[in-house]
Amino acid sequence: MKARVHVTLKNGVLDPQGKAIGHALASLGFAGVNDVRQGKYIEIELAETDPAKARDSVKAMCEKLLANTVIENYSVEVG
Amino acid sequence: MKAAVIVFPGSNCDRDIAVALEQSSGNPVTMVWHRDSALPKVDLVVIPGGFAYGDYLRCGAMAAHSPIMREVVRAAGKGQPVLGICNGFQVLTEAGLLPGVLMRNASLKYLCKDVNLKVETSQSLFTSGWTTGQVVRIPIGHGDGNYFADNDTLNRMEDRGQVALRYCSEQGAIDAGGNPNGSARNIAGVFNDSKTVLGMMPHPERLSDPALGGTDGKDMFDGIARALT
Repeated sequence: MKARVHVTLKNGVLDPQGKAIGHALASLGFAGVNDVRQGKYIEIELAETDPAKARDSVKAMCEKLLANTVIENYSVEVG
Repeated sequence: MKAAVIVFPGSNCDRDIAVALEQSSGNPVTMVWHRDSALPKVDLVVIPGGFAYGDYLRCGAMAAHSPIMREVVRAAGKGQPVLGICNGFQVLTEAGLLPGVLMRNASLKYLCKDVNLKVETSQSLFTSGWTTGQVVRIPIGHGDGNYFADNDTLNRMEDRGQVALRYCSEQGAIDAGGNPNGSARNIAGVFNDSKTVLGMMPHPERLSDPALGGTDGKDMFDGIARALT
């Protein structure tokens, strides 16, 4: 079973890299980019076959290592 | 004073800090590899600067879960003095020993220069070699030193006197001009609740000998050696 984890900065946490990407897009001529927020995408191949158990296990991984919950949110998809 | 320095793959200030500690304490320093699972009996544990585990995932995140860090966290819980410098500060926040997090510098640039720091208090084993309100010159060298914590956490830290050092102007003004990396409230170094753990982004070991161009850092290590002897 595969788990897909998105780690993103919380609202209110400044994202200077996202800002720089936004400026770069504007300078490349892409109009109408209001805001860019950068995050991480992590794929995990799991031995677990029960989706609920897999989700719980990946959530624990996020809390312990994959995300720093002081500044980051995470979302988990399994299946 | 006896000290141990933790060495991770990617640490690169471990020998510099060992030299500074040996000069101030007169004792040899024990180097401890990250895979070791036991800490030697010492008065001070130092997590040095560098790029532990190549900064994979987040600065300090992998190192914070290495075998030796489990021991460091356990010992710190019992009052073991622990000092984290630069990457060591990042490791201590990731390990949960210090509040907040070090984010990418607001400028997105790696910064390598001397900065001015205001000593918020000399009432700690780490800062007793300086005086409260003193402005010291210490080098920084980091890409991720932008200290962040939410406002409630920052207020609580200020109430408890957990802010150890702030970036400032040469005259000691805590302003945007003296803040190199965008850190919240110009914070450059923080204590834990009991002031037995200190994390700081600047590198005191890099100005701890006249041959290096300054000795403000040596005053800090001399103070630590006096406090822990």
